[in-house]
Amino acid sequence: MQKLRLRYTKRGPLRFASHRDLARALERALRRAEVPMAFSAGFSPHPKISYMGAAPTGAASEAEYFEIGLSARRDPEQVRAALDASLPPGIDVLECVEALEGSGSLADRLDATRWRIDLPGVDADELSAAVQELLAREVVLVAKRTKNGLRDVDARAAVVRAAVAVEAGCAILHVVVRQLTPTVRPDDVMAALAAVADLRPPLPIRAVREAQGRLDDSGEVADPLGPDRAVRSCCQEERAQV
Amino acid sequence: MTVDSLYPQLEPLLAQVQKPIQYVGGELNAQVKPWDDVAVHWALMYPDAYEVGLPNQGLMILYEVLNERPDALAERTYAVWPDLAGLMREHGVGQFTVDAHRPVRDFDLLGVSFATELGYTNLLEALDLAGVPLHAVDRDETHPVVVAGGHAAFNPEPVADFVDCAVLGDGEQVVGDITDVVAAWKAEGRPGGRVELLARLARVDGVYVPRFYAVSYAADGTIAEVLRTRDDVPARVGKRTVMDLDEWPYPKQPLVPLAESVHERMSVEIFRGCTRGCRFCQAGMITRPVRERTITGIGSMVDAGLKATGYEEVGLLSLSSADHSEIGQLATELADRYEGTNTGLSLPSTRVDAFNVTLANELSRNGRRSGLTFAPEGGSERIRRVINKTVSKEDLVRTVTTAYANGWRQVKLYFMCGLPTETDADVLEIAELAVEVIRAGREASGTKDIRCTVSIGGFVPKPHTPFQWAGQASAETIDSRLKLLREAINSDRRIGRSIGLRYHDGKPGVIEGLLSRGDRRVGTVIERVWRDGGHFDGWSEHFSYERWATAAAEELAAFGLDLAWFTTRERTEHEVLPWDHLDSGLDKEWLWEDWQDAISEDEVGDCRWTGCYDCGVCPTMGTEIQIGPTGRSLLPLTVVR
Repeated sequence: MQKLRLRYTKRGPLRFASHRDLARALERALRRAEVPMAFSAGFSPHPKISYMGAAPTGAASEAEYFEIGLSARRDPEQVRAALDASLPPGIDVLECVEALEGSGSLADRLDATRWRIDLPGVDADELSAAVQELLAREVVLVAKRTKNGLRDVDARAAVVRAAVAVEAGCAILHVVVRQLTPTVRPDDVMAALAAVADLRPPLPIRAVREAQGRLDDSGEVADPLGPDRAVRSCCQEERAQV
Repeated sequence: MTVDSLYPQLEPLLAQVQKPIQYVGGELNAQVKPWDDVAVHWALMYPDAYEVGLPNQGLMILYEVLNERPDALAERTYAVWPDLAGLMREHGVGQFTVDAHRPVRDFDLLGVSFATELGYTNLLEALDLAGVPLHAVDRDETHPVVVAGGHAAFNPEPVADFVDCAVLGDGEQVVGDITDVVAAWKAEGRPGGRVELLARLARVDGVYVPRFYAVSYAADGTIAEVLRTRDDVPARVGKRTVMDLDEWPYPKQPLVPLAESVHERMSVEIFRGCTRGCRFCQAGMITRPVRERTITGIGSMVDAGLKATGYEEVGLLSLSSADHSEIGQLATELADRYEGTNTGLSLPSTRVDAFNVTLANELSRNGRRSGLTFAPEGGSERIRRVINKTVSKEDLVRTVTTAYANGWRQVKLYFMCGLPTETDADVLEIAELAVEVIRAGREASGTKDIRCTVSIGGFVPKPHTPFQWAGQASAETIDSRLKLLREAINSDRRIGRSIGLRYHDGKPGVIEGLLSRGDRRVGTVIERVWRDGGHFDGWSEHFSYERWATAAAEELAAFGLDLAWFTTRERTEHEVLPWDHLDSGLDKEWLWEDWQDAISEDEVGDCRWTGCYDCGVCPTMGTEIQIGPTGRSLLPLTVVR
């Protein structure tokens, strides 16, 4: 079974799609694109697909990932193009690489997110002050709705880095968040800023997940498909030598 | 005139509501055409939540038929949930279409498809959100023409004050005729204003314009007469019928939503109309005669639809799909074609007398084997003769047992309660039947791991059926019979635990009854209920019987009438019914005879097989039965495995 790993986006109005909406859309697009999916055995066969680390409903993303198993080998780039053409604009398939055996699971490489959060109507200096206050704290608990009811989560522990910028007059928060359980999302970061500095945006925020991957030593988010790509290009070189 | 998208104002609101994806459009196969490129703009509404409305076949068909015209565009709009409706009012955002988020207020026409009467309050909510006056008489030529369609439009009198037109029958052709009229009137510079446009529309075959018909009432509250107020509109309005469905292979590009909907499959209508003659069934009465799609026509629709959608299940829709003259061959050849692709086929429900294991096996060959559903409707053989859905108890038990013996574990049985002439004993026989089915099923399958779900609802008499004269059973009657049934099923736990009972209380049915057989006076009740906060009446968490009952008591008192007068009262033979001036083709004398036959438990056959019994439809409408078999087969396709 050939295993492919894909990166796709959630842009524009489709940021309002939930992870279940996206799963349905992807599965139907795979059928329309006639990708030869491998199916689980048993009474009720399901296509072999794993989704990981879905961005919350309402947040846009440039870096969503999923993995599929194929019953016949296909060129990853052709699968990417065919799938992309079958999906509505806004769900764009940006990359597709073949998973190399022994390179480990993709889910393990997705332990942090770099968010860009646009805060229309918020003063950049006020935001900077709030961010400094947050970073200065050891622990900032925020109430979070989980499967088991309301629960206090330490939002500060998840925040690796945070910086403020201004673009076209709008304050922007760039923040790298570690993926813990339960996940700390942009809303939780905002709740933390409200808790430490009473920062309350007058308008809805707009969050975009810019990157997802393993946190490297410098606090950057590394490309999660890198290991697959690296091994493959090395294999290709070997083949070239032969 | 340029019309701007409301999306920039809407977007910040969407971040604050439940399931925002339902409002953003962008579904696969959705279309957005430039506003200024066309003469006529249609907003098509399904007056319920998006998840219910999106899969609606009727709306999908008209959307595509209209968008294929170079001079028209069609966009869709659905009922907005209260969380967003509140924000829209607060921020001054009007009812919008999901395709290009254009304001409904700016369209030339608002077509509303009423599959059920419970959508009426949602129409009022949408009109109000759109900024369109609720009452048709208060609109001017800048407002959209509100057109009602769907089965409930065969008695549009309760909403006569709120709609400008109602369209009877199949929509494929009449929407084109309406578009032509609107285009011509606009091109001529809108002569005579809105009234002239409506008068022109009233002359289109199948279009009823309530304001041109005056209703007068007798002292006893019944209708004295319904008279047209202009002589250039028809005295009676007849329904439209599309002949040769193969020429109308819609939807060609079914819409595929991102949001979850109530039907996660694509559907192909394999025939329209039904002449089984079930006396409770309005759909079967008003959609005659039977017109089949051919096996090859269906085959190409399935192929094109699957390619366009990526669905893994195809529903073969109709009012009684196993009755298609080529159903066996169709199931086998489709199963052959999609062998190895995990593409399942399904029928909505199967008549007991049309079921066979071979067919059921072929339908589930490539997909998942789901449960089987049968609809005996009546609990006893006697009541099944009354409703003309005759099947013996032995046949019923044998059929269901056969299903269990062949590996099905779950069988659903649909029944109705409160049918004309029904007694407690008729309903209690449902329990006996279910017990026998489980007992025989356990024996035949050799396992106790089988289930039978009895689903039962209150019967609501509908216009244009033999039961249109019947007194509806009261909510108390329904509730007491359902209680007896529940006790009977639970009396033997060893069997009863394999039987599930799903039912609704009798109260919502009473309100549906009021709206089904009501006249124009009921409009005041609908408006009052909406003003009191009523909408989404098809949803138990939003429906309030008390709100409806209070509104009905207070508003109908002005006419000396009450809820019971419209529901539990039996009508007499010559009473003028509110829908008598709307012609489904059924001869009123024939309907009355069939009603008398029902009371005396006499059955009538199916005209497809036993010959014509003069219901009146074909000669009145100039139509004929169109059935196969055609003798053709499906050509094999190259399917990627």
